Amino acid sequence: MVIVGILLVFVFGIFGVPQEWSGTGLLAAITKRINLGLDLKGGTHLILQVQVNDAVNVDSDNALERLKEDLRTHKINYAEISKPDALNHPETIVVKGVSPDQTSDFKSIISDRLPDYEPTSGAENSWTVAMKPLSLDELKKRAVEQAIETIRNRIDQLGVSEPVIQENGLGKYQILVQLPGVDDPARVKQVMQSTAMLEIKQSLGGPYPSEQAALQDKGGVLPPDAVLLQGKSIGSRNNDTGEQWYFISRASAVSGRDLRTAEPTTDENGQPAVRFILTSEGGRKFYSFTSAHVGDNLAVVLDNKVQEVAVIHDAIRETGIINGRFTQQETQDLSMTLRSGALPAGIKYLEERTVGPSLGADSIRSGVRAAVFGMLAVLIFMLIYYRWAGVNADIALILNLVILLGFMGYFGAVLTLPGIAGVILTVGMGVDSNVLIFERIREELRNGKTPPSAVEQGFGHAWITIVDTHVTTIVSAAILFLFGTGPVKGFATTLVFGLAANLFTAVFVSRVIFDWVLSRKQRGEALSI
Amino acid sequence: MEFFKNTNIDFLGKKWYFLTFSLIFSVAGLLSIAFWHGIPLGVDFRGGTLVYVKYAHTPDLAAIHSDIERAGLKNERVQSYGPATNNEVLIDLDIRETSEQALDQGKNLIIQALESHATPGRQDLNNSSSLAIAKYLLDKDPLHLAADADANARYTAIAQAIVDYRDKVKGGVLGSIDELKSVADPAVVASLEDNFFLSDFGIRNVEIVGPQVGQQLRKQAILATLYSLAGMLVYLALRFEWIYGVAAVLTVFHDTLITVGAFSLLNKEISLTVIAAILTLIGYSNNDTIVVFDRIRENIKLLRRDKLADIVNKSINQTLSRTILTAGLTFLTVLALYLFGGEVLHNFSLALVIGILIGTYSSIAIAAPILVAYQEWRGERGKQPIAMPLRAGSGPTQPKEKVKV
Repeated sequence: MVIVGILLVFVFGIFGVPQEWSGTGLLAAITKRINLGLDLKGGTHLILQVQVNDAVNVDSDNALERLKEDLRTHKINYAEISKPDALNHPETIVVKGVSPDQTSDFKSIISDRLPDYEPTSGAENSWTVAMKPLSLDELKKRAVEQAIETIRNRIDQLGVSEPVIQENGLGKYQILVQLPGVDDPARVKQVMQSTAMLEIKQSLGGPYPSEQAALQDKGGVLPPDAVLLQGKSIGSRNNDTGEQWYFISRASAVSGRDLRTAEPTTDENGQPAVRFILTSEGGRKFYSFTSAHVGDNLAVVLDNKVQEVAVIHDAIRETGIINGRFTQQETQDLSMTLRSGALPAGIKYLEERTVGPSLGADSIRSGVRAAVFGMLAVLIFMLIYYRWAGVNADIALILNLVILLGFMGYFGAVLTLPGIAGVILTVGMGVDSNVLIFERIREELRNGKTPPSAVEQGFGHAWITIVDTHVTTIVSAAILFLFGTGPVKGFATTLVFGLAANLFTAVFVSRVIFDWVLSRKQRGEALSI
Repeated sequence: MEFFKNTNIDFLGKKWYFLTFSLIFSVAGLLSIAFWHGIPLGVDFRGGTLVYVKYAHTPDLAAIHSDIERAGLKNERVQSYGPATNNEVLIDLDIRETSEQALDQGKNLIIQALESHATPGRQDLNNSSSLAIAKYLLDKDPLHLAADADANARYTAIAQAIVDYRDKVKGGVLGSIDELKSVADPAVVASLEDNFFLSDFGIRNVEIVGPQVGQQLRKQAILATLYSLAGMLVYLALRFEWIYGVAAVLTVFHDTLITVGAFSLLNKEISLTVIAAILTLIGYSNNDTIVVFDRIRENIKLLRRDKLADIVNKSINQTLSRTILTAGLTFLTVLALYLFGGEVLHNFSLALVIGILIGTYSSIAIAAPILVAYQEWRGERGKQPIAMPLRAGSGPTQPKEKVKV
């Protein structure tokens, strides 16, 4: 009774309640319950590394600016302040030549204003101001989390079903991205990595045909409050002829941080464009800027490229349009990247795998074929070799598979191609328990024991061995699970579930069947084994 | 039916033959590792770029080779993959052509090189993703959906249908764009015909592993194997005596060595899945060893007067039937995997095929003799040559209440 109940529970685990009782209906039910791995389904697998030092550099750059400012306001003299090794030690700022009688002021400024930093004194009144290790770790961790969040936002908008975006536990600052059904990693990367830094600034002059021409116009020197930027639409429908250069103010009226949302739209000529809406704070800033600059030129700058320059006719509060001669797809991509914010740090790709859907389908076919052949060979052999006891073993084996697949259905475990191999291996190793028991029973019978006591002894002796063998195999499978990635993990999962189920079926179920057979036999009648 | 009944083979008497056999294979493997093929590492461990290409016709490997060389790539290997009727080619670029800065550069160069008959200004429909096709359709708008809010969704669905037809019905390579009329609107097909061309191949699968990941995975594979061995040692030392653990681990080490050696001799690549197979056979070989050890432990208790060598021999013979049967059955399933499991699982199942043969052999020929050799060595050193003592509670006298699960 117990066995039938368990059987039903696990069959439910595999199929759920199918919509229809036909082959295709059952197949659909199985694929809904059991998750296929990327190697069977097809898709893209990426491992990327967050360049956390970028985030640290941003933080320490800010800290350096703040420190400079504070030292000035507190009238503390120093010879030089710099970050000597931004590449390898982005967390370190060195201040040279701080006068000795101002040391305590210097220290108190840092502890007040830069609580994440710690000053240590060095030779000749120089101070090394480095981020505290705890804060540094925290900052790096946050950069990775934020990168995951940003990437997830962007991937979500690609409309991929069931993407996996998580920290890759095996390496430092690595992110694993798995996108089932996506066969174009180049496009995914493009969407993931686009930074789209939006700034709206004042245009101070231009356009000029070249950098030299622009500089000549200002007497050969760059005005201190301006930068020279190229006017180049990032839209692919731009028909820019020749170069255009503009002087753009350093300070921006509003930036990407002031953005509330962005959406694709069309401009007054019916061309695709992007409409952005600012936050109320951003809107206030934008309003005060535009009302002060009516008649001046305004530049929309995206990733340091001037998209368009327009005259401010009126004070604008919180909404505007970017027209960069985009295609419709580009307006969608751009709105999306504007909405999802910028990555906190650069990313570097470490691994890229794409499995085409046709290959996955082939793999399933050959994997299932191998499983069926292997299983049939074992089932038939057991029948021939052990006769009625072979039926017993075959029942146990089939039940073993049902439980294994049911487990996987319940736990949402992922079935990979090596996982299918794990199922096949479970059949081979699962039958070992039955062989162990049956051989022992035969031996006891040969030694003259009666069938009931031979069964009793056989199970008893084999049980210890079975526990030992299963534990050691589960140990190595568990280690595989901890260390492995993707497909290998799938293999370890099926092996562990399969062996655990085997303990139940080969020992308990087989025993119950034997007892049932024995109870129907006359005393002294032989056992078919 | 019974194959083995009351066998009485003197296994220990043949230990020198076994030792010679094992030595020949281990040394051959070691020599191959040291002087011939080394340990051929798969792309997972060495890093590099693998591109699996399916052709519409029988591929001309020499032409592919020269196309790629002309693109400026070096050190590539071009080989046919899987059964010849599949028309598949595997192009393998080593790590020197895989830069960390632009990971997919090698892949892109290969595709460009193979599209040698490309029509300038057109895209290759056989190597366009559904995303790229959807983007194109949305741009060109052949169905004049611009005003519709769901234009994006509809073109995405059309692109997906086209790609599905190409990959699932035509096996990855379209013969002519006209074939798409069965899945897409004629206006769409006409627009595609004007702006796309068809190359004679399709990319089925790409694996690119940068040097950093390769190094990371190498370290993990070694650690996983070592932890696995240590786990066995500890468990067996707890359940039996420490010498049993040592014997089992030495045996498994012997199996691993011979399997890796065989991969080196055959010049087959060791990938992540092969490591999984090796860990599995560590577990499997241990199974076999434990079955014999369990019997030895049981017999030591029953036959206190006998010499350990006799007990071990008797135990091996008693379990021989089970050993051969299980090995045979597992071998059958693994053989099915090797023969029918497809190209992707080829090396994985090869490792299991070799491993099961060696694992079965070694539990009889290596593990048991180590136990006896240790005991004889103790005897020579003047210590009492007794059989290994038993740990309380682990003997075969308690099983009755344990059976009631």
